[in-house]
Amino acid sequence: MTSPVTHPVELPRPGSALPRLAVGPAADEGLARRLRALACTAPLHDLDARKANLSGEFSVYGMAEVALAAIDLVTLTMDFDTGADHEQIVTRLTPRVAAQAPRRPVAEHERVARWVLESLINVGSVDRGFRAVYGTFTADGVYVRRDYDFKLIEEVPGPGGGVYLRTTDEAVNVLVGALDTDVTSAQIAAEVKLEVLINRGRLADAQLAAEQARYRTVQYSETLRRALEATRRNVRAVDWLRTVPDMIAEALEHVADRYRHENAILTNIRKARDESEDPGQKRRAAELVDIVKDCIRRHTQLQSRLLEAGPLFRAEQDRQAFAAPARTAGTDLYGQLLAPVLPLPLEQSIQVTDAFFAHGTGLRTPGSVRVGDLVDLLLTPPAEREHLGAEMPEPDLIATPDDSRFSEGQLAAAKELLDLPPDAPRRLSGLLAEARRQDPDLPYLVALLAIHAASPPVGTAYRQGEPRLLFAVDDGAELDDPEFGGADLIVGTALLDAAGMAADRRDSA
Amino acid sequence: MTESAEWSDPTATAPQGAAAGTPAVSPADTSDAARLVAFGLQPKLQPARDQEYADLLRRYREDPPFARLADAVATGLGLVVLEVSPRAGMAVTAAEGSVFAVRMGDYARRAASDTADRFLHGLAHLAVAALAFPRPEDLADDGYIGRVTVNGVDAFVRQACRRLEQRAEEQGENTDPASDAPGLEAAWRVWARRSATGATKDSRRLAGSTTGIVAKAVAFLADSGFLQRTGDEGGGTYRTTARYQLQVRDMASSAAMGELLELGVVPVTDGSATLLPPDDADDLDLVADAGLPFHS
Repeated sequence: MTSPVTHPVELPRPGSALPRLAVGPAADEGLARRLRALACTAPLHDLDARKANLSGEFSVYGMAEVALAAIDLVTLTMDFDTGADHEQIVTRLTPRVAAQAPRRPVAEHERVARWVLESLINVGSVDRGFRAVYGTFTADGVYVRRDYDFKLIEEVPGPGGGVYLRTTDEAVNVLVGALDTDVTSAQIAAEVKLEVLINRGRLADAQLAAEQARYRTVQYSETLRRALEATRRNVRAVDWLRTVPDMIAEALEHVADRYRHENAILTNIRKARDESEDPGQKRRAAELVDIVKDCIRRHTQLQSRLLEAGPLFRAEQDRQAFAAPARTAGTDLYGQLLAPVLPLPLEQSIQVTDAFFAHGTGLRTPGSVRVGDLVDLLLTPPAEREHLGAEMPEPDLIATPDDSRFSEGQLAAAKELLDLPPDAPRRLSGLLAEARRQDPDLPYLVALLAIHAASPPVGTAYRQGEPRLLFAVDDGAELDDPEFGGADLIVGTALLDAAGMAADRRDSA
Repeated sequence: MTESAEWSDPTATAPQGAAAGTPAVSPADTSDAARLVAFGLQPKLQPARDQEYADLLRRYREDPPFARLADAVATGLGLVVLEVSPRAGMAVTAAEGSVFAVRMGDYARRAASDTADRFLHGLAHLAVAALAFPRPEDLADDGYIGRVTVNGVDAFVRQACRRLEQRAEEQGENTDPASDAPGLEAAWRVWARRSATGATKDSRRLAGSTTGIVAKAVAFLADSGFLQRTGDEGGGTYRTTARYQLQVRDMASSAAMGELLELGVVPVTDGSATLLPPDDADDLDLVADAGLPFHS
């Protein structure tokens, strides 16, 4: 360059021959989007990298696979109102973990499932989320590193005070991929595809399409749930003149359309299921029926919510808009304070919230301590902790009157009387007469036992392996007794083959 | 003393305990005035439940010298008298720098060191007030009783954050903050990225989650006699008391507004009851004539 005359033609500068690298926010946007999408997969890769840090040998498990399955499960179990139950997800995740290492103990499988789920929630961090750093160029060409915060599975409060899991949009995008499209059109496309596939009998592909359709259904109802929730809470937060009625009309139309559509599909698959010869095909069709049924259930749920929205809005409007106007105006806390504060940078907005906190919390009476009290307090021995809890009150027992018909002694006497040698059965009349000589009450007991013996508990004796059994047989002789009537039973003792019975029991067991 | 002379005009009813015509303050009067302030320092105590409190309140209203004495005692202790009435009692609050003032560091330990946490705790208090008194009329109307739930407050703020997120998306803004300047992160993002709730090992509410932060705020306010717990639905249901309305109306909102004005953010209003639309009126399809005097 010292002698420009010799180089009259300016050489192309190194950069200009190449396509110029995009600089500036507009051109950089696509790159930033892809970087963010890439970042969403990082926690999954991270799981496989981190499993080495767990105490124990965990390399056999494919953690990313378990994680994707977990996201799948949460997405599919997500309800309209709540999310998926933590424990339920762990339980349903465990079989897949077990399949990866069937020889390992069940407790370890569960531990892995729990670890993966908690890692996806990122339990350790205060935000319970993930952060990735990426760089972009600002409008004036300055390179800035930015933080991208995202969550994959988030915990939301449920109606009963419990905590439920929901997958975030990011997670759904990671899971199904490229879902960042118009939900409605994507759904229609998926269902048309499904119908075609079913007609051609390609059920494996049809199942894939049906599952995809269900993901979209879930996402669609999630969008609607948010809008309805906002309406329920705060009438002014939502545009009820156009946006919401339009949305509801659209959603109702969508539900009606899908319902018709899916019922048609259901009929088709049922036919495919019943007519198919191939068991694999049959099973796949049966699964497909379940999926479509689930879709229909979700649509019905969505529809009932949509119908509730109108009355809810009117009630809220009555409450909020038609109240008598107040004499003086106060501050519009939302419009004049909260709404302007939120878009501010943190370091500015904190001045406002600090001021509100300092003046909005009222007062606290400070605790004051005297040295004398403090010394006493410090020297007091700690109260003995009760290991066994509070002392149980002595129960006030009232002896129930003994209203037994026969005493223990009478029972023993009767038993002794009936302890007959196996080779010498006796008539009931003789037994009764003998009993009457001992105790005027005893014959009743003897008669009772004899009657029971008429239908001896053979099954019980067999099960318990008893060696002998009292029995009574009616041979037609009439009982001649001053107190009792009926048959004069022959009462005897049968010996049972205890050893043989025991052997039988072992064989049948 | 000239004022006292005026008050001790013979036509005025002679107050009990103070001899008419003499401006002198007896120790007994001072004791009573201090006693009234002491009642005011117990914010959960209701005048209707305590005969002595009710009597002192009546004396405050009927006996101007006594009233001025009680005011002086309160001021000397570092208190600001908001209102003295049968419904609110002796409503006093801490003056700036007073020993009675609540410090953020005492309120939440993490907030002392972590800017984001300090902001979240402050915002939770602002959001509770905003949801308790959703319209300016509600804040002005003495008879209004607001109701809030913990989950409702969180959802309310999240909804506001989501709108800002959508708006930023529509405008193609990249709201991800620069890594080396966390203070420049938009405030709504701090709330939005904090998890709403979380399971803990001992099945309590996760203190660092947004519902945990809101729950702490309402529990604190209930402890201050500003809210009354009415149920367990929605993470805890509360209704407002007269004291809270006074505190928000006369102290907190004006102080926060002053800060905002200093930042040059709030458009100065003419004091009328109109709700001001936010800066960009993009989706302002609703007008007052629609029966909904609300902006989006």
